[in-house]
Amino acid sequence: MHVNIRLFARLRELAGAAELARQLPEGSSAHDAWNTLVAEFPAMKDYGGSISCAVNEEYSRLSTLLRNGDEVAFLPPVSGG
Amino acid sequence: MRPGSAPARGRSTISGGYTEQMAAFHVTAAPLDVQAVAGLVTRDSDGAVATFVGLVRDHNAGRAVRWLDYEAFAPLAVKTFEQIAGEAAAQWPDTRLAIHHRTGRVAIGEASVAIAAASPHRGHAFAACRYAIERVKQIAPIWKHEHFEGGEVWIEGATADPADDTARAAALERACT
Repeated sequence: MHVNIRLFARLRELAGAAELARQLPEGSSAHDAWNTLVAEFPAMKDYGGSISCAVNEEYSRLSTLLRNGDEVAFLPPVSGG
Repeated sequence: MRPGSAPARGRSTISGGYTEQMAAFHVTAAPLDVQAVAGLVTRDSDGAVATFVGLVRDHNAGRAVRWLDYEAFAPLAVKTFEQIAGEAAAQWPDTRLAIHHRTGRVAIGEASVAIAAASPHRGHAFAACRYAIERVKQIAPIWKHEHFEGGEVWIEGATADPADDTARAAALERACT
């Protein structure tokens, strides 16, 4: 299935892109999407314990199962204000 | 959360580029106007509006800061502001919030965030305003890219988890002490 991955702040810089289109096996979770990113961009591994994720612009658990066409965003620790 | 239906007191003093149609929850690259933000939530039954303006300061962690670049996941940030306002309304009935946050390059001394909390009672307005900025720092999908003398660094604070009751309780405690 096809998913759009969105990245922010330092994760965006590590990937060199704010958006990535990727094919994932049916039944993949947001965590599976993250693992494919880490395989592609090993420097992201350090963020494994501290990221948040959002599916279709809603905060979601990493265990959330993705569907074809979903957008999954990975968020490093935030620093607004 | 919606701005009050009664005419807002502060409208006649609204300045800058804001319009009366401006949303209470907003992410923008334009300069912030706290007076206008207050006008979005204040109504005739209110006895107080507490405002908070976060500023970009010229130093951080021993570094001389030149400016900050803010990045946001804007649609999720707006939803997060709405959630924070809902939490505050549950805690302090009759209290309304407006939250505006800058993106892009923000110079030293400029406002990065403007929050207004309006209520019939000043105690609730103060508490809700403090609660809101604590929650923004905890869960809003916004990031500071600090440009300082000699380099740049992404500031990374809390792992955002809107469902984390421990973080929410910590924000409430700070608001009420």
